[in-house]
Amino acid sequence: MSLIEAKGLSIRLDGHEVLSRVTLRVEAGEIVTILGPNGSGKSTLLRALLGILRPAEGEVIRQAGLRVGYVPQRLSVDRSLPMTARRFLSLPHRVADADAAAALARVGVPEVAARQMGDLSGGQFQRVLLARALLSRPDLLILDEPTQGLDQPGEAAFYRLIEEVRRETGVAVLMVSHDLHVVMAASDRVICLNGHICCEGTPRVVSTAPEYRALFGLGTQGALALYQHVHDHSHDHDHGHGHGHGHDHGHPHVQQAEHDHA
Amino acid sequence: MLDDFLIRASLAALGLSLATGALGSFVVWRRMAYFGDATAHAAILGVALALATDLPVGAGTLAVALAMAVTVSTLAARGWAMDTTLGVLAHSALAIGLVAVSFVPGARTDLQAYLFGDILAVSKGDVGFIWAGAGLVLALLLWRWQALLTATLNADLAHASGLNPDRERLVLTLALALVVAVALKVVGALLIAAMLIIPAAAARGLARNPESMAILATLIGAGAALGGLQLSLWQDTPAGPSIIAVAAGLFVLSASFGRMRRN
Repeated sequence: MSLIEAKGLSIRLDGHEVLSRVTLRVEAGEIVTILGPNGSGKSTLLRALLGILRPAEGEVIRQAGLRVGYVPQRLSVDRSLPMTARRFLSLPHRVADADAAAALARVGVPEVAARQMGDLSGGQFQRVLLARALLSRPDLLILDEPTQGLDQPGEAAFYRLIEEVRRETGVAVLMVSHDLHVVMAASDRVICLNGHICCEGTPRVVSTAPEYRALFGLGTQGALALYQHVHDHSHDHDHGHGHGHGHDHGHPHVQQAEHDHA
Repeated sequence: MLDDFLIRASLAALGLSLATGALGSFVVWRRMAYFGDATAHAAILGVALALATDLPVGAGTLAVALAMAVTVSTLAARGWAMDTTLGVLAHSALAIGLVAVSFVPGARTDLQAYLFGDILAVSKGDVGFIWAGAGLVLALLLWRWQALLTATLNADLAHASGLNPDRERLVLTLALALVVAVALKVVGALLIAAMLIIPAAAARGLARNPESMAILATLIGAGAALGGLQLSLWQDTPAGPSIIAVAAGLFVLSASFGRMRRN
């Protein structure tokens, strides 16, 4: 049985249909990326899956006892609220110091425990959010544009971390992104969303789908080319670690992709 | 011992600060300052209604404060332009309350006591009411502490953790109405919000975690309450405003200390 499943899900916000008849499922241990332009209903879909929004039609079915770790798109800690990273990890469930330290070490920021959340860099902040989500020992991680505000190396490193965590714990990952390059490399399955599901499949299949080209077609030549390039490149050298290899060498192309996209 | 008016006043002030430290911290974190004002100002209308219907003033205040708090909270949930809405509600509540009080025979003479408090005249019964109300608020906040903090940080995060942010907001709404009813006699309707915000704001610069901020706010509130009472006795100043004035002094001290430490 799937961990979580949406069946014919439609969501209306202020009388406007934001999502129509979305059907998707996430199986144990897979990384699924939802890709779509701004306003395509990506965050809305996640919020419906989390049970925050009530569907106008259709339903969300969760496996019984499913534990979800959620990393929100943007969390601003008001300056009026003092909060160390260590304290944040204990919300809403208190965790032991040893577990908190282990979680921070796992996501690569063991040194921030005593720092104020508001003083962390973007990358550190996202890692602390991830550490908190992992502390609940989730079956499914839901990440909403987790790398927004990170630079390219930071973004690549964050996605590598997600893959490592998946490999170690077998957690399934459902994330939302508009970043074509890194996301595609990291995903088992990509779902293109624009109010409804346009296309779905492995990264390679989706990137060649006409629906995908229609959605991201104009100005994404660079990104598409880059994606192909990364794959071909990695196949030349090393099948197992091709993705990481591609990231490390992808910077000039990525710059170009961004320009094209803008 | 309780026969001494000063002891009763001190106990009343300490009881109030027990509730305002923690609740005031939430008011600051959630930017509910105007919310506090609207609820507190509604208390005057509650006084007028209680006097007109021969109900206990505490009950009238609590009922109207609760109605106002729920109204504001509901409007906020619907995403109204809160700054303007709260401004309209806060000042209208005060004005309509004052007009209503003027219709009640005899109440005009006591008006100052409701606006600025009358802590030197609290009875044993008042002290009991204040401690019961403050204790209830503190118990409510401690019970929901983790959930309230999570919901304050981010509603979606709370939702994803299986909490209901709306319910947590209701807890704070209820606590606020209770504190307004309790604080009316101590600092008066006009300065209740000040008693919530100023000690918490003074504690902010000295705290690294939510808990230490709430505890510090409680201590600063208690210090201001006792210091204000002394000031009032010594210089024959009105007690409620004296308490807030001392709290404001502590805020300035804390802010300068925080600035010194940063430099």
